[in-house]
Amino acid sequence: MLVLLVPLALAGIALINTGLGRSRSTAQSMLGALGVMAAAAIAYVAVGFACEGSPGMPEHAVMIAGKPWGWLGAGTFFLRHLPLTGSPVSLAVLLQIFGVALAALIPWGAGSDRWRLKAGYASTVLFAAWIYPLFAHWVWGGGWLAQLGVHYGLGRGFMDIAGAGTMQAAGGLTALSIVWIVGARQGKFIANQLPAVFPGHNILYVLFGCCLTLGGWLGLNGAGAMLFAGIAPGGVVLVAVNTVLCASGGLLMALLVTRVRFGKPDASLCANGWVAGLAASSAVCAFVPPVAALLVGMMIGCAVPFLAELLELHCGVDDPTGAIAVHAGGGLWGLLAVGFMGRFGVPAGGQMLAQIAGIATLLGFILPLAYGLNWLLNLIIPYRTDPEGDRAGMDMHELGAGAYPEFVLRGEDFVQR
Amino acid sequence: MKIPGFMLLLAGWGITLAAIVLLPKPVPRCVFMLAGVAVELLGLGLLIRSQYLARQVGL
Repeated sequence: MLVLLVPLALAGIALINTGLGRSRSTAQSMLGALGVMAAAAIAYVAVGFACEGSPGMPEHAVMIAGKPWGWLGAGTFFLRHLPLTGSPVSLAVLLQIFGVALAALIPWGAGSDRWRLKAGYASTVLFAAWIYPLFAHWVWGGGWLAQLGVHYGLGRGFMDIAGAGTMQAAGGLTALSIVWIVGARQGKFIANQLPAVFPGHNILYVLFGCCLTLGGWLGLNGAGAMLFAGIAPGGVVLVAVNTVLCASGGLLMALLVTRVRFGKPDASLCANGWVAGLAASSAVCAFVPPVAALLVGMMIGCAVPFLAELLELHCGVDDPTGAIAVHAGGGLWGLLAVGFMGRFGVPAGGQMLAQIAGIATLLGFILPLAYGLNWLLNLIIPYRTDPEGDRAGMDMHELGAGAYPEFVLRGEDFVQR
Repeated sequence: MKIPGFMLLLAGWGITLAAIVLLPKPVPRCVFMLAGVAVELLGLGLLIRSQYLARQVGL
């Protein structure tokens, strides 16, 4: 039943992406989110799960120094030969159909207001059929990261119970690739001036989206803990408490930081703190006491406003939803935190090294892979909208109608800046 | 600088993997794994710098 809560997280992230975007691209953003979920689900079922596999299922492995390194699942396409009867494997498939869609929504938000629909869908197919399953096989499919404990004595191997790495960090790093490829929104960066501010057009969507994400993450973390870490059903209570505490710590620290820095709390950055806390909770929720979960959330909530500012002001990254800071930052921080705060019943040093190996893989392999594949795809299907799309907004350009036809909320949104 | 940035990312990952396979003792393994991550961060910094400079040229 917990798995069935996860679509709330999808709805929440879609609403947050849409609310933080501009009014002239609202319908395209929301339709794009639905299409991204659909493309991700189909691609994962068709190809993704075959590449990911599951412990005990066939896999491709190479022998390195006498030890097998599983690197790719060798399953069958379209879930053939997999009975969908409520077995743990079938529940894991269902969870990951939602999970891969959640991860694919992260780059969609980062590229909003200039990323074409069809390019977004094509990139999603690439992500759900290849990038996500490859890393998920290494972590959850019995691949080499999961076996670091058995083969090299590194704790219990790389631990990512609910997708802090496979979904959040992989999605966030793919978002960074997309932002580099599509470039900034027109008028965002002007020579010798501070970057222009394009405030989110509907903060109610954003904050309501945050409420929905909590429900979704409770399902995601609870189901992930049982399916991928073998936590008993009773342990879900600790998972739920820690999830709430992580998100709460993230929100309150973001609120405090923005209150101190700007004189008043910034609602969009507070929302970012909340979601970053949730992203971090996906790594730590089952293995740390509640106080540590609160601390993990507070630390990422404190860091997110600075990280978002660093990316925009000093790195020239135009990320309208803060997806990179929130999901990549939150996910990677959670993976690191569980290494030194987690209670696994094994030596902490070894577990920490396993976590570092996973983080190094995300940065050193998944980021170049995501960039390289999307760079190639961009040559076939141009990602960036044309100048007319920049001028008129994505709603008018791609859909022929705006989301708010009877209201012009911001007149300047509809003319060239 | 973009290609060297990506090369450094991959090289850092390679150092991390090599440390796991080749160094059984905890301290050298830990040191080399951290060195691998440091190389990755260097590559990430180079990539960010290259994108920033490319944007400055475009303005």
